[in-house]
Amino acid sequence: MSARSRSIALGVAWRGLHNFFRNPTLVLPALMFPLFFFTAFAGGLSNVSNVPGFDFPENYTTFQFVFVLLQASAFGGVFTGFAIARDFESGVGRRMLLAAPNRRALLAGYALVAVGRAIVVWAILTVVGLLVGMEIGGSVLDMAGLYGLALLLNLTALMWAAGIALRFRSLQAGPLMQTPVFLIIFLAPVYVPYGLLTGWVKAVAGVNPITAIIEAGRDFISGGSADALLAYGAVAALLVVMLTWALRGLARAEAAGG
Amino acid sequence: MSSRTLTQIRAIAWRSLVRTARQPAQVVPAITFPLFLFAINAAGLDAASGLPGFPAPDYLTFILAVPFIQAGIFAVSGVGADLARDIESGFLDRLALTPLSRTGLVSGQVAGTIALGVVQGIVFIAVGLAAGATLETGVPGALVLIALVVSIVFAFGLIGVTAAFKFGNGEAVQGLFPVLFVFLFLSTMGLPKDLIHQEWFKTVATYNPVSYLLDGIRSLFYGGWDGDALALAFLMPALITAIFLPLAIATLRARVVRT
Repeated sequence: MSARSRSIALGVAWRGLHNFFRNPTLVLPALMFPLFFFTAFAGGLSNVSNVPGFDFPENYTTFQFVFVLLQASAFGGVFTGFAIARDFESGVGRRMLLAAPNRRALLAGYALVAVGRAIVVWAILTVVGLLVGMEIGGSVLDMAGLYGLALLLNLTALMWAAGIALRFRSLQAGPLMQTPVFLIIFLAPVYVPYGLLTGWVKAVAGVNPITAIIEAGRDFISGGSADALLAYGAVAALLVVMLTWALRGLARAEAAGG
Repeated sequence: MSSRTLTQIRAIAWRSLVRTARQPAQVVPAITFPLFLFAINAAGLDAASGLPGFPAPDYLTFILAVPFIQAGIFAVSGVGADLARDIESGFLDRLALTPLSRTGLVSGQVAGTIALGVVQGIVFIAVGLAAGATLETGVPGALVLIALVVSIVFAFGLIGVTAAFKFGNGEAVQGLFPVLFVFLFLSTMGLPKDLIHQEWFKTVATYNPVSYLLDGIRSLFYGGWDGDALALAFLMPALITAIFLPLAIATLRARVVRT
């Protein structure tokens, strides 16, 4: 990336993060929702860990922390997609397209926004998790593996949402960005390990790439033997597909003149 | 209630009914979203029915109570957003110039949502039974359940009406949607109270009125007729109505004075 592209990406990132952190209507839901899901699942369903065959070695709070961390990462990416749609709806996107010689730098800037937002959510979620009794059985390297998965999932969801935002260039496409991510995340082993799922949801979760990511994340935090290759392979493949989708969306936006 | 007020309620209610029926974007998610969550939770937490002391025959029957509460949550955003649009477009100002009574205006607005609630109730029962749930109280139980859904939808709809009169814009009313979801998630939605291990969560669920709505609905699906559970379930929407009907009329009065 050239110095000029880097400068553009950093400019977009600064603007996006500034807008996010200065606006309580954006910051509060981004922080409150993961905490709320964490509270509701870890608090209300903790007895589920006593179901025969529930073989996760740490407590249920830890089990749910991984899901909520990954879910918050994915939705952080989607909500940054909302910001892209808002920028193009208001005309800011068109002006940025005119100003940037390398328009991919704009996408890189939004990626920095998504990651910046995710890091703040991870920090708060982790502190709250530790305060309410989350147990970490994995090593520092294992935890890096977990947060690495969360990072790649964040970028994957962003690229999906960016592809939609750049094609429709309107916030009205919000449900289209959000709903598929919601579906794919919840059609995975959310409440119990994969082995305890039954019926149609087990069949769907079996072919859902998010299942490998969540299961590996739970193995990372508990110090178990994670199938890291499968999880990272799944999320990397998804990211490549979504990056292509987003770049084509960018080309559409360029062709349409923003 | 005078015949004039009844005529006014009928007119506003008809408009509300037609408007709801003409908005698939409002009707379809209100039916499909609760069913989707029902399907995911029923399958994903099926193993929880293996917990010692689990009261329902299966998790599917246990979790089937949740979509009926979600009907109420959708009523808040549905009726609130419609009314907010009337305020934003100036329609309410024009209505305020007519001799329409405030009770007529407030009650009539909820009619479309009540009709949607009846449809939701029938669909949720049908889908639940088709998926394998049991309804021990049979057809009479189904009728009581529909009556309970109507009272929930009416009461929750009044929250939406109050919010619309108070804030006057659809975005603020939509903001209530996640807040009400918090009440749902912090209740006995996932497990019965006796099986919740975290004491603080059990306390919150005990004081959460949504838990009593869920218990009343569940009593119709399994365990036979339970007068106490049903009385408490009907009491909750009655209390919400008793609070929010006068509040809605008061906020309407304040808005009309402002305009």
